[in-house]
Amino acid sequence: MPDEKLVGIVLVSHSAAVAASVAELAKGLAGAGADVPVAPAGGTEDGGLGTSAELISAAAASVDRGAGVAVLTDLGSAVLTVKALLAEGDELPRNTRLVDAPFVEGAVAAVVTASTGADLAAVAAAASEAYAYRKE
Amino acid sequence: MLDADFFRRWMTAAAASVEREAERLTALDSPIGDADHGSNLRRGFAAVVAVLEKDAPDTPGAVLVLAGRQLISTVGGASGPLYGTLLRRTGKALGDAAEVSEGQLADALRAGVDAVMTLGGAAPGDKTMIDALVPAVDALGESFAAARSAAEEGALATTPLQARKGRASYLGERSIGHQDPGATSAALLIAALAGTAGHPEAADA
Repeated sequence: MPDEKLVGIVLVSHSAAVAASVAELAKGLAGAGADVPVAPAGGTEDGGLGTSAELISAAAASVDRGAGVAVLTDLGSAVLTVKALLAEGDELPRNTRLVDAPFVEGAVAAVVTASTGADLAAVAAAASEAYAYRKE
Repeated sequence: MLDADFFRRWMTAAAASVEREAERLTALDSPIGDADHGSNLRRGFAAVVAVLEKDAPDTPGAVLVLAGRQLISTVGGASGPLYGTLLRRTGKALGDAAEVSEGQLADALRAGVDAVMTLGGAAPGDKTMIDALVPAVDALGESFAAARSAAEEGALATTPLQARKGRASYLGERSIGHQDPGATSAALLIAALAGTAGHPEAADA
């Protein structure tokens, strides 16, 4: 599959440490050689707990390879901020999508699926399907 | 008719009100939220005032779109995208007109409140800012003063409600008995609007 463009993944959490750790986890589980662009956007710009529109916009721009960007979030203001940015129209790369998925399991599914060269719809579907993974 | 300067003075009055009431908003947010509502809004509205002074948008719609965008960028909590969407969508509904009527503002604000309900998924009775905003918009056709009273009554009426949206909803029945901080700040925003309309020259004070 020559010259294939990979879908980028943005992980938005109230905590910078959570976003960075989940990114590390998802890339680690995707295996060596997987070159999926993944960027965490955690916490506020001053390092506190919360959501930063600026960090989200910067993260999305940094992972955009032209194949679309999948954004996964934890809860509350993270979800609302991404939705508000998408409604704005020009704050996020074209073809950016908020994916309805559990944060950790969805991030792993999204990165593994993106590493195969799958398109944005397939990456989003795989992340959402992580809701179906029961633990008892 | 209401011009860009009216809307700039509304935002300035809202910032002053949030500054005065920040501690009370944070105190309301302590038992049922994460105790940051006052400080978040204070940061957000201070940034709104600064950007309006710097860019000086020349239509009512442009003032509110810029203010909304600034709130989304600077607040850091859920109230940022919610109030940001309220102002931005209201501003978009006002279009490019240099002056708008009170009736046009009432219609535009209703579009803004509808957008907030779509974004957050909250309906009246969920113990959110919607409980102040919907009665305010309903009363705005009558007068600015009526809208202020309706918003304040709406905020007070959230006290016996059980939260169904936002962080407070995790508390279940323990959210009962606390006035909602979001409805309280929404009432401040509407009171600032009424104050600006009632005191054309002195609203910045």
